[in-house]
Amino acid sequence: MLDISVAYNRYKFLGHEFLTWLWFMIDTDKENLMEGIIDLADIYVGSRVVLENSSHNRDETITIKGDGAGFEEGVTALKKGAKVTEISLVATIGDGEWRFHLKGESLNISSLKPPETGRIESPDEMEGAVLEKIFLCEKALSLVYALYGKFVRRRVSPDWQSKETGRMAAWIAAA
Amino acid sequence: MSLLSSSVSITRYRVTGRLPEAALEYVRENLQQNAVRDIDNDPVEQSVGWTPLETPFQPDFEAASIVYGTAFVFSLRMDKKTVPAKILKKHLEAAVAGRLAKTERNTLSRMEKAELKEEVFRRLLVRLPAVPHVYDVVWHYETEDLWFFSNLKAANEALETLFTKSFKISIVRMFPYTAAEHLCGLKSHEKDVLMKLSATHMQEGGGHA
Repeated sequence: MLDISVAYNRYKFLGHEFLTWLWFMIDTDKENLMEGIIDLADIYVGSRVVLENSSHNRDETITIKGDGAGFEEGVTALKKGAKVTEISLVATIGDGEWRFHLKGESLNISSLKPPETGRIESPDEMEGAVLEKIFLCEKALSLVYALYGKFVRRRVSPDWQSKETGRMAAWIAAA
Repeated sequence: MSLLSSSVSITRYRVTGRLPEAALEYVRENLQQNAVRDIDNDPVEQSVGWTPLETPFQPDFEAASIVYGTAFVFSLRMDKKTVPAKILKKHLEAAVAGRLAKTERNTLSRMEKAELKEEVFRRLLVRLPAVPHVYDVVWHYETEDLWFFSNLKAANEALETLFTKSFKISIVRMFPYTAAEHLCGLKSHEKDVLMKLSATHMQEGGGHA
């Protein structure tokens, strides 16, 4: 077992590759991405993507944000060797919509906005409200880790090198 | 950050270690023993401890609910006092002037000045109210899964330290490597591959870095 702080830094790239792969799958093969994930009706990239290029001894950060933002700059950055370090996602699960921001190096979820719940009018309603919120957060966490599981299983398979990287390279070149 | 806010941040942990048979009593007792201590009238900069979700400013677990479905839910509270540098400087100058007048001297030694600074700092700490920061914890005791409602480094470090101290079991933060190892159902040969992975170049003609 690796030391935790060593493992965190050593495998940051895995989180960045996950988010880059996620963007690729959302753009090219969403059906395959969503397959087997219970109640997931749709998923798309939200209003913010952050990329970093650490190749050729330089550290460049490219942030694209704003509703309706075009991601052309992001694609250009990918072509230069950047990877996605943070991404906003919007997921439709059942009838509800979950919006959140995902950071690659930590898999931390921030600004998670699940479907709205009713206001607590009396102390008696506290328990129900807490359970409902746990249920809603669980949906987002389950989704993130289901997607991450799909990525990791591909990443450790021989197909990653022989197929997946080629498909991603073609997507980046064609975009 | 509160679980019940409209927008939340979550850091995920895995609990490694078993609770004793009487888990509820054990957790409640240790929450109470490590409850946050009020420092408003003390010369202390920071206090970190547990507090109930429903009553974050009355840290009493005797009457509080901590079980919600199959989870223990409570909060971590960090009370912090920050003495603004300019206020410290102002009060220190007044104290130095007072000491010089009292001792009929022109200067104080470096050691005397350092001691006076510490004294002024502690006096100001007593007068300052602490700013409370409350972060909720959801501990799914059946699945050994724990959610902490903050991504802040200091808050997460405080959680990791206090949790281990309180319950004598540790928690492991989930990030790309630990999540792949614990949550993705990899077989042992796949874990071996995981250990040896290196970054991929994703541009045409790319390979491993």
